[in-house]
Amino acid sequence: MSSTVISHGAAHHDAHNHHHETFLTKYIFSQDHKMIAKQFLITGIVMAVFAMVLSILFRIQLAWPDKDFPILEVFLGKWAEGGRMKPEFFLSLVTIHGTMMVFFVLTAGLSGTFSNLLIPYQLGARDMASPFMNMLSYWLFFTACVIMVASFFVESGPASAGWTIYPPLSAVPTSIAGSGLGMTLWLISMTLFIASQVMGGVNYISTVLNMRTKGMDLWKMPLTIWAFFLTAIVGLLSFPVLVSAVVLLFFDRSVGTSFYLSDLVVQGQILPNEGGSPILFQHLFWFLGHPEVYIVVMPALGLTSEVISTNSRKPIFGYHAMVYSLVGITVLSFIVWGHHMFVTGMNPFLGGVFMITTLIIAVPSAVKAFNYIATLWRGNIRFTPAMMFAIGMVSFFVSGGLTGLYLGNAALDINLHDTYFVVAHFHLVMGSASIFGMLCGVYHWYPKMFGRMMDTKLGYLHFWLTFIGAYLVFFPMHFMGIDGVPRRYYSFTAFPFMEKWVSVNLLITWAAIVAGLAQVAFLWNFFSSIWKGKKAPQNPWGSNTLEWTTPVEHIHGNWPGEIPTVYRWPYDYSKPGHDSDFIPQNVPHSETMSSNMAHDFEGNEDAIRIQNEWNKANNRETIEE
Amino acid sequence: MEKTGFSTEEVIQSRKAKKFNLWLGMIGMFMMFAALSSGFIVYTASGVDKGIKTILPNIFIWSTIVIVVSSITLHLAYQAAKAEKLGKQRLLLIATFALGVAFFCMQYHAWTVLVSREIYFINSNASQSFIYIFTGLHLAHIVAGLIVLVRCFIGATNAVPFQDNQFRMNLAVIFWHFLDLLWIYIYVFLLLNQ
Repeated sequence: MSSTVISHGAAHHDAHNHHHETFLTKYIFSQDHKMIAKQFLITGIVMAVFAMVLSILFRIQLAWPDKDFPILEVFLGKWAEGGRMKPEFFLSLVTIHGTMMVFFVLTAGLSGTFSNLLIPYQLGARDMASPFMNMLSYWLFFTACVIMVASFFVESGPASAGWTIYPPLSAVPTSIAGSGLGMTLWLISMTLFIASQVMGGVNYISTVLNMRTKGMDLWKMPLTIWAFFLTAIVGLLSFPVLVSAVVLLFFDRSVGTSFYLSDLVVQGQILPNEGGSPILFQHLFWFLGHPEVYIVVMPALGLTSEVISTNSRKPIFGYHAMVYSLVGITVLSFIVWGHHMFVTGMNPFLGGVFMITTLIIAVPSAVKAFNYIATLWRGNIRFTPAMMFAIGMVSFFVSGGLTGLYLGNAALDINLHDTYFVVAHFHLVMGSASIFGMLCGVYHWYPKMFGRMMDTKLGYLHFWLTFIGAYLVFFPMHFMGIDGVPRRYYSFTAFPFMEKWVSVNLLITWAAIVAGLAQVAFLWNFFSSIWKGKKAPQNPWGSNTLEWTTPVEHIHGNWPGEIPTVYRWPYDYSKPGHDSDFIPQNVPHSETMSSNMAHDFEGNEDAIRIQNEWNKANNRETIEE
Repeated sequence: MEKTGFSTEEVIQSRKAKKFNLWLGMIGMFMMFAALSSGFIVYTASGVDKGIKTILPNIFIWSTIVIVVSSITLHLAYQAAKAEKLGKQRLLLIATFALGVAFFCMQYHAWTVLVSREIYFINSNASQSFIYIFTGLHLAHIVAGLIVLVRCFIGATNAVPFQDNQFRMNLAVIFWHFLDLLWIYIYVFLLLNQ
């Protein structure tokens, strides 16, 4: 038995190898899904480092609110005159940190990378449905990143209304420094970003539905693909809503309309806007904003499913339940947005409805968490760095998810809204879980992306420092939130009731600095392994999915010969009766007679008859239909 | 248009996927207008002083007729492309383009009618501002549609391979019909709320 199809009819498709490419078409304006995946990943990593540095900067302010750091002035200039960060800049830091992490890192960096890499590979497609749109998707994303970073270089500074850009701060250019040109740049950047994501998402959905190889029916797709597919659907239905919100915001800012504004006095001046409602913006924003949480976490769940099953050497527990859970999360994600707005004066009945829909999400989420644990249970676990990050992801998903039950409760949310409890919740369940899912994916599929292996020891160092660091940073925030400490406050010494938390902030900041430094181990590992890493074998993890049947060296069209046909689901690990502990999807049942089971034949009577003839000839029990 | 080295089956599969892309894109575009519709409803329900509070300009009836006719002419152009009658295809594409431009002008005229009634875009009753938003965003899509028509015309002039020309036309027809239906949706929505 062989897990490779490289020699399979190679002559037929030699043309793929003879595609003439220039440096520009191969590395810059590439239309190849593998290169675009790497572009998304590296841009995502650069954005993650940038956003992380921003977070360290505001953590320094929170830990030492009354101390001067002259070095800050060297780097930040007028934003930290005398070595003390200005409050306006603090707000910009939290705003851009959130925007970059949520959209650029955990949406584009995560989904963009792995959907691009794995959808064609795991489904057995030559490329995406529209490679040109795919390229455009990346370059729009890249331009969005450049514009967002550029906003740090305008005189009034970057946007500072929070990543949710609620009006009136976002709608009145004169309200605070960050409401000016910085906010305009934020809006332009995000518009380009949305265009990028919609183009990417359209491509992902179309490729999944139209370009699967022979035999790859929906129920033979790996969970990664299910996750990317449903994520793309969520994005397609929710991102355009944000466009509508932004269009109205743009006219309020620039033309003087009153969609969101009413009865405002700014710096002693009465604004002419009347009749608008900032709550309208919140509805439109959170109709995207909440599904966005699942756009961020579902790909991480998909990657983790694959890595946990492969490295437990066991089939994923409850494959169908895992798919239905993702579908459930997808549907529910659209009817829970109101839980972000419990304290906006919402009708309590409506609040109750949103509370119920929100709490129901706990069901599919719990199904997934239990299935991960059941997959690990009594598995022949290989603790690769990818597996460590996958388990870490499950840990964060559980510990962060539990606090969602408190926040989803409309009555409790009155106390907890806009406190550090919320910060703790979403940084664990969405931030840390998704980052760990992404890192798990990087370590696992690095050999497929670069043809080299990453260093395992550095991987472990990276994992433990980041894992412990993340808990030390976010866990104490629950207690601060319960005490009523509000988020986004610049100085903890300005309010007596918050002063006692400065010591905790000190711990959090040091943990953040150490966890931040741990990323140096990752960056070194990632970039040095591209050139100096050990050469990767074709299937380093003994995995079943189709990407590991492609050559290590990337070629145009992915497979040199015919695209392999799929005969089985992707989770035939440690199947009793088989000589190895994995059976790739492209191995026909005729080659695995000793391990075939009744359900493998899906009611095919001829196949069952042939199997029973073989069983009889080999003194084995016959199987039932 | 297609990459060399792919089998006919793979080219057909790729075309099918691209066409599907267009359908998905249209779903995305529709979501944008659905969001504006729900925004309009939420806003208008927020007070008795909100709402369109005027009769929509009659020119909208004529622009609706024009865009429906343009859909028919484009469909005939597609039939001509399928029959490999390039001259007829070009003529009908020009007609569709002219009708598209006429539609654009009529929508603009509707704005001037609204302004003459002192219903401005900048307005403390944003329900009225929404009329401009709906029609303006739809016109932005019409501009995209006109660009698509130009591309089809170039395809019919430079004699691109028959299959490619037909495929381009097929996508253009779907998109233009979508723009037509989208306008009818917007118009009916506004009529029901006037």
